[in-house]
Amino acid sequence: MRADVRRVLAQTRFETVTVLRNGEQLLLALILPLIILVGLGTTDVLASVGSLPAGASQIQVATAGVLGVAVASIAFTGQGIQTAFDRRYGVLRQLATTPLGAGGIIWGKLGAVLAVLVVQVVLLATTAVVLGLDTAPVSIAGTVLALLAGAAALVSWGVLMAGTLRPEATLAVANLLWVLMASVGGLLFPREGLWGEIAGLTPPGALGDALRSAIVDGTVAWIPLLVLLVWAGVGSVLARRWFSFD
Amino acid sequence: MSTLPLRIERLSLTYGRSTAVEDVSLTAEAGRVHALLGPNGAGKSSTIACAAGLRSPRSGTIRIFGHDPRTDHARTAECAGVMLQDGGLPMSARPLAVLRHLARLYEDPVDVDALAERLGITSFASRSIRRLSGGQRQRVGLAAALVGRPRLVFLDEPTAGLDPQARLAVDEVIAEQRDAGTALVLTTHDMADAERLADVVTVVDHGRVIAHGTVSELTGAEDVLAPGRTATIVLEDDAPEAVLMTLAGEGIVHVDGAVVTIDCAPGVESLHRITGVLAEHRVAVRSIEFRGKSLGDVFLELTGRSLR
Repeated sequence: MRADVRRVLAQTRFETVTVLRNGEQLLLALILPLIILVGLGTTDVLASVGSLPAGASQIQVATAGVLGVAVASIAFTGQGIQTAFDRRYGVLRQLATTPLGAGGIIWGKLGAVLAVLVVQVVLLATTAVVLGLDTAPVSIAGTVLALLAGAAALVSWGVLMAGTLRPEATLAVANLLWVLMASVGGLLFPREGLWGEIAGLTPPGALGDALRSAIVDGTVAWIPLLVLLVWAGVGSVLARRWFSFD
Repeated sequence: MSTLPLRIERLSLTYGRSTAVEDVSLTAEAGRVHALLGPNGAGKSSTIACAAGLRSPRSGTIRIFGHDPRTDHARTAECAGVMLQDGGLPMSARPLAVLRHLARLYEDPVDVDALAERLGITSFASRSIRRLSGGQRQRVGLAAALVGRPRLVFLDEPTAGLDPQARLAVDEVIAEQRDAGTALVLTTHDMADAERLADVVTVVDHGRVIAHGTVSELTGAEDVLAPGRTATIVLEDDAPEAVLMTLAGEGIVHVDGAVVTIDCAPGVESLHRITGVLAEHRVAVRSIEFRGKSLGDVFLELTGRSLR
């Protein structure tokens, strides 16, 4: 195995273990999405707020939304906060002095996001199946593409935030945006009309739309995927330009 | 020259409009400790950040074993270890987990357990970094710099906050590294540390090099009669009145009972006259000690005494 790949895998492993051993990160990445899934999947909250499309199964819509929340939890809020405090304590600078280098740090963080995302998807999908999710109509390709594009978009903006704001500001903004993305941003509750159109052009709205298309309708939603990739590209360019290691 | 562990030529670095480093040149040689001294904000840490590849200089050349740390990072990082001033350790992790992880990033790391034992880290290995004292974190930071078996080590304030026992251990590790042929570059505000550890000293202020040399060269220790040095002659008994009268004429002598202190600046003739007077009056001498300026005295002379 190439030395640089081996180093990135080592960093991925270390970051993943760090996240999975951190109580707050576990709460955000696994416990809260699980509670939301059980809540939305077993009650009529979605229907009561007008977020259950006609003919759609409650658990299908809930699963799609919760997977989106899980992506936002680990890729944006969790990784943003982790990176911000790593930056505060000089961890990024120390790692940048090793052969891993600055590029390896970013790849390691992306790897950790994907590793935790796999754990989230396995846990949440299993729970959803227990709660009655019908897997037959689900587009696996659409789901995977949505998760990857959503993770790319959100992690780029999370890292940009962590690399430009103070850790305390990142903590506040990341948590606030997590609540807004989940509630009114289009992740959990699909919206119709102008607000729905606008939300569909943002990362949470596009991610929610792409996941609902895949899990509820069984189709690949190319427009939301394109929106996510544009956000990922812009976020990556800005992060590369403005991210500061100290 | 290209195989020198570190060669910095005419390095300049700016932060916005502020100049942090201006035209700094220095080298570090194998088996030598090079101390980089200067007041707060003088440009020491910025120089190290450039050398470690963490900052892009505005101009100048940096070579680590002949390679540019910016364009050939993996190669230079493999042979250069860095201990950062701000620790650089993840707060939620435990020391050995961090060190083992860092070891995996290098091709030929040292034995982590042996290094931890050497620096006394094993005794607090079960606690997270967050729960360690400042001195304990310093030791983990030093271990982090050494875990990759470096041939060039940058130590930014390695003894800050250490108790005497830990300071002794760090001194010993630095000496071991030097004896093993490692080049060490350290910054410190502790002049006693620099005087004790450094083979070569560079003093920077306002981003520029203002003095360079060995500790002896900077303090004038090689010339026993250099300006600023004193000779202290301890007599067996208090100086007789006749001797006091003669010595008073020299105007550079202070007599306190049996202790005669002489300013060496006027030169060897004055010293000869004084010892001649003592011999003439058959005054027994117990000891003669020459004392020079400390590195701290020299540092204050170079950088001033006013607060920045």
